[in-house]
Amino acid sequence: MTTSPRPGKLSPIDILRLGGYALRARPLRVALSALGIAIGIAAMIAVVGISTSSRAELNRRLDALGTNLLTAGPGSNLFGEAATLPDESVAMIGRIGPVQTVTAIGNLPDAKVYRNDRIPAPQSGGIGAYAVRTNLLTTVGATLASGTWLNEATIEYPAVVLGSRTAQRLGLGAANEDTQIWLGGRWFTVIGILDPVPLVPRLDLGALIGWPAGQRYLNFDGAISSLYIRTDPDAVEAVRGVLARTANPGRPNEVEVSRPSEALAAAAAVDTAFTGLLLGLGAVALLVGGIGVANTMVISVLERRSEIGLRRSLGATRGHIRIQFLGEALLLSVLGGGTGIVLGTGVTAVYATLQAWPTVVPAWAIVGGITATLIIGGVAGLYPAIRAARVAPTEALAAA
Amino acid sequence: MNGSSGPIVTLRAVTREYSGGVVALSDVNLDIENGELLAIVGPSGSGKSTMLNVMGTLDRPSSGQVVVDGFDLADLSDREVSALRAFRIGFVFQQFHLAPGTSALDNVADGLLYTGIGRKERRERAEAALQRVDLGHRLTHRPHELSGGEKQRTAIARAVVREPTLLLADEPTGALDSHSGEGVMRLLLDLNETGTTVVVITHERMVASSLPRQVTMLDGEVVDDRKMAVA
Repeated sequence: MTTSPRPGKLSPIDILRLGGYALRARPLRVALSALGIAIGIAAMIAVVGISTSSRAELNRRLDALGTNLLTAGPGSNLFGEAATLPDESVAMIGRIGPVQTVTAIGNLPDAKVYRNDRIPAPQSGGIGAYAVRTNLLTTVGATLASGTWLNEATIEYPAVVLGSRTAQRLGLGAANEDTQIWLGGRWFTVIGILDPVPLVPRLDLGALIGWPAGQRYLNFDGAISSLYIRTDPDAVEAVRGVLARTANPGRPNEVEVSRPSEALAAAAAVDTAFTGLLLGLGAVALLVGGIGVANTMVISVLERRSEIGLRRSLGATRGHIRIQFLGEALLLSVLGGGTGIVLGTGVTAVYATLQAWPTVVPAWAIVGGITATLIIGGVAGLYPAIRAARVAPTEALAAA
Repeated sequence: MNGSSGPIVTLRAVTREYSGGVVALSDVNLDIENGELLAIVGPSGSGKSTMLNVMGTLDRPSSGQVVVDGFDLADLSDREVSALRAFRIGFVFQQFHLAPGTSALDNVADGLLYTGIGRKERRERAEAALQRVDLGHRLTHRPHELSGGEKQRTAIARAVVREPTLLLADEPTGALDSHSGEGVMRLLLDLNETGTTVVVITHERMVASSLPRQVTMLDGEVVDDRKMAVA
């Protein structure tokens, strides 16, 4: 007797081709069940893409602003009273090696700001007046929307630079030498208006006058309310560690040190919980999509019994039938997954562009999307494929 | 070359009983010689189709021995039986079973799909097989663009493309008009001339009587087996 016959192997291309034929034969059903997967994948890619893009935007902003800005302010003393920083703190902090610049501002709580002297006193608009030094601008990384910054001369005179929101509230679009505002009971000339200062938002609703001018015209006592320190980017933490003791060696516990860039990052992190929720919804959509694929495949097996019978008669083994249906399910879900990736990336791109963010879809999200698709296709296709392989050839042919 | 080189199908005391107690084949003994051309006739329900399924290894007997092309079915696994079909046995069905939306050429090429032959060679051989059944001009046509006779000839091309030693035709003319039916029968005779063993199942006495051997079945038993003297 001759050796037992051995079945031939199906090449991957043949499996793909078989799947392609079958899917093309029922385009509407294929489109609908692929849509389920597509929506799930698109939702997940878009959620990941949008949150990554927003984080990329934040990083870009932080890079531009610099994460090496520190603030030190007087906290409260042991008795809960507001503490102050000693006058020498500016010079002492300036002597810390990695510190590049240091500047102080002082509160002028009694100096209210009005557009002119006829505005009723209670309508101060919450604008804060601060006495500042000339190096504030470079230290906090602020830029001017119009006009000029205080210089060594104007710092001595009743000149004021407005924060962006202050200018809005007072109805001032641009600075010019004829514009004056009523500040602390006398006229100040508006010489400049700042752009928003993301790292020090309080300046946006501030009116900034020279330190000496404050002392001369508004009875400013010279008390430091905040220090802003730019350090070597590599030594931020080291400087932060010694800042309190340097600013007020006698009472380091009365100094509050913070890093404004951290507050921005923390605000962005609040979104994570929401992102998690949306990802969960995407996962549910994906699961439903997978069930749709399984359902389509089960029906397909029932409808195609005669095809299965024919293929068995042509010499297909159970394995050939199994791999054909499994391949078809995989193809179906990859079709959906591919569409989903394109859709999700598109949604991310549109949203990010509208927000003027950079579009970032992380590679891991795409790889993850494809992997999830393959797993879903495999799981959804396995049971129908096994059923297809179990169909007895004679029964299948008789069904036609 | 009728009856030249030993049996290709041997059935010994073959019984096929379906669940529910229906006996489709009962103690059937039959030898088919290599190169034979025969008809299995009988009314519907007589067990013809079960016989064809058992001979074609699509079904296994409940008891008894089936030897096809030298292989005892009882010794072969499902995989090996599938491979036996892929290389040695061709089927032709009454309902053609062509894949819709797929060209005649690809339908025929699928006849070689499970033999491990590459796609290019499959298509080349499919084209040759379609030429052989006079459908060389219909290669790219899809089943719905073909007449009934052309569909059945395509199905025959699919069965013979792998050059089987045994061709089993289940009511091949059943869905055709008499003219197309004659063409299909002539084709089967031509194939037999070139050495293929051909078994035709039919309930039409006219078709059966044109063939050299007729096996008549009734209620799952072979009741008559006569060979005509070659005219």
